[in-house]
Amino acid sequence: MTDRLGLRQFAPPALLLVAVGLYGSTTSAGTRDDFTSALIMATIVIALYVFVGNSGVISFGHISFVAIGAFAAGVMTIPSAVKPTVMPNLFPFLAENSIGSFESLILAAALGAFVAFFAGLALMRLSGLAAGIATFAVLEITHNVLRFWTKIGPGAQTLSLVPEDIEPIQAMLGALFAAAVAFAFQRSRSGRLLRASREDPAAAQAAGIDVHRKRMIAFTISGALAGLAGGLLVHQIGSITTEQVYLRLTFITLAMLVVGGMRSLWGAVVGALVVSFLDIVLIDAESGLGIGPATIDLPVGSSLVILGAVMAAMLILRPSGLTGGNEATLRVPKALLRRRDRADSGAGKTPKTGPASKT
Amino acid sequence: MDVLQTLINGTALGAVYALVAVGLALIFGVMRLINFAHGELITAGGYTLALASAFPTVAAIALAVVVCVALAWLMERVAFRRLRNAAPATTLVATFAVAFTLQAIWLIAFGPQGESADVLTSLNRTAISGELSLRWITIVMLVTGAILLGGTILLLNRTTIGLQMRAAAADFRAARLLGVRADRVISVAFVIAGVMAAAVAVLLTVPRPLVTPTFGLEVVILTLVGVVVGGMDRLWSATCGGFAIGFAIAVLGDVLPSSERVFLPSAVFLLVIVVLVLRPGGLFAPRRPATVERV
Repeated sequence: MTDRLGLRQFAPPALLLVAVGLYGSTTSAGTRDDFTSALIMATIVIALYVFVGNSGVISFGHISFVAIGAFAAGVMTIPSAVKPTVMPNLFPFLAENSIGSFESLILAAALGAFVAFFAGLALMRLSGLAAGIATFAVLEITHNVLRFWTKIGPGAQTLSLVPEDIEPIQAMLGALFAAAVAFAFQRSRSGRLLRASREDPAAAQAAGIDVHRKRMIAFTISGALAGLAGGLLVHQIGSITTEQVYLRLTFITLAMLVVGGMRSLWGAVVGALVVSFLDIVLIDAESGLGIGPATIDLPVGSSLVILGAVMAAMLILRPSGLTGGNEATLRVPKALLRRRDRADSGAGKTPKTGPASKT
Repeated sequence: MDVLQTLINGTALGAVYALVAVGLALIFGVMRLINFAHGELITAGGYTLALASAFPTVAAIALAVVVCVALAWLMERVAFRRLRNAAPATTLVATFAVAFTLQAIWLIAFGPQGESADVLTSLNRTAISGELSLRWITIVMLVTGAILLGGTILLLNRTTIGLQMRAAAADFRAARLLGVRADRVISVAFVIAGVMAAAVAVLLTVPRPLVTPTFGLEVVILTLVGVVVGGMDRLWSATCGGFAIGFAIAVLGDVLPSSERVFLPSAVFLLVIVVLVLRPGGLFAPRRPATVERV
């Protein structure tokens, strides 16, 4: 489909991710990690957006798919020679086999989709808010099992010695892939029907939309992307604990999505990057951050307080998010277009507010 | 006797979780707000008890009630009042943000190790021994739960403000048109939630005196899931849901062999999923064709 409006709406988030990835790869080692983790956060938030943004149902369960992806990718890529010493209780088939990093990302995404599908079968029949709260059950079970079942992982120990081969460029590719899937889904028939049900569930049902089924599709896709993001995460930091993929990450990623504007892909990407960099600046400030002549030196631990307060304030003052939940549309100078695209002005629904030239 | 013992312990813990559920459900009723920050009221109550452990017991408890009510009122005034017209998803995440901000403050103020709130630890002594062995705290939980739940029912059914709260829960706009003052009703709901949180803090710190920054959040997540299982549209079904989750925790904790007890959360949440598959409308909701929620 030669859909020019589609491409122009996909361009702003994609270009922003590319810019962050390319700039990040030129910086020094320590800063490079910050950029990589910002891009991985963006991948998680995009995964969350595929379900939350399109269906309007909040999910607290997505970090469990991230956790499953991270632990699966981590456990399977540690060389089998060292596995028995790190994880003595592992099932034999897990202990004896190892796969490459790229394959492990595919495995992470597949497992994420698999678990999301079965969790969704049980939970998606609930009405909106109730379904959101019930997804907590998935998060709690995943956390509990990963923490105590030493046959499938390291249990409460840190899973370490995972190959570290995710740099800004790879993280950027992961985020771009997630963004492309998210964008393709939201413009597909299923995506549009689901978005209709978000606006008015009763009317959507009356119009013959199988809301339960559409939510299932979105939940499974976003589970796959969240699993992929988990794989990226473990290959970036080289180690993981169950506490790293639990309530704090759930809160931060949800807040990123809502701060950006949960109804658009552009909002998800902007929210993830803005909050990531705010978090990084605040953590730096705890060890003294010089801005011009002044040095900001925050007490240890206060970055979390400020981050929480800033996010609460943003939600209170601007409930629809930084982007207002709109997609940005890249403005192409008319001279560059061979002819006016009348279909675009007919599509009309998207306010052309995006100052996408910022990227 | 083992069965009876388990049932009594389950009922006692269920009563405590029912108190948490009342605090959540009252606010959800009048404001359609799912208040994650309710857990921070419980944590604040716990820390107050820890800091006031040198005071006489009654003074420490009174202080905890004052702190919880003040914090509840402050939350509503500073944060939630502005969110009344926002989408449910936004308010949900905003209460989450408030909860995390407060947790970060607890972490700075009291550290990750936690403080010990051993005000009423003498209640851990055995009250009845023999075949049926009960601790004092079990009896206190049952009695406190009964008094506070009974008090809430009386307040809702026998007073003007209670009538107004029920009206507001049924239809907030229509209630306002009929002269119910929105601010007053919501403030009262938060004050009651504060009192409930203080009571829960007092009761829960007896068997588990260590108050950590996530003390209340764990309780609230469990209760919220319980409220969903019960059916969050009505106060009584939500309260029953809270009771059910507390009961399930205590009973499953007794039933599981001690080597598998670390998987208690999984067992509880698995049970929740099974119940939700069988009764998606809520365990205690009246059987009727599923309707689409109006929120």
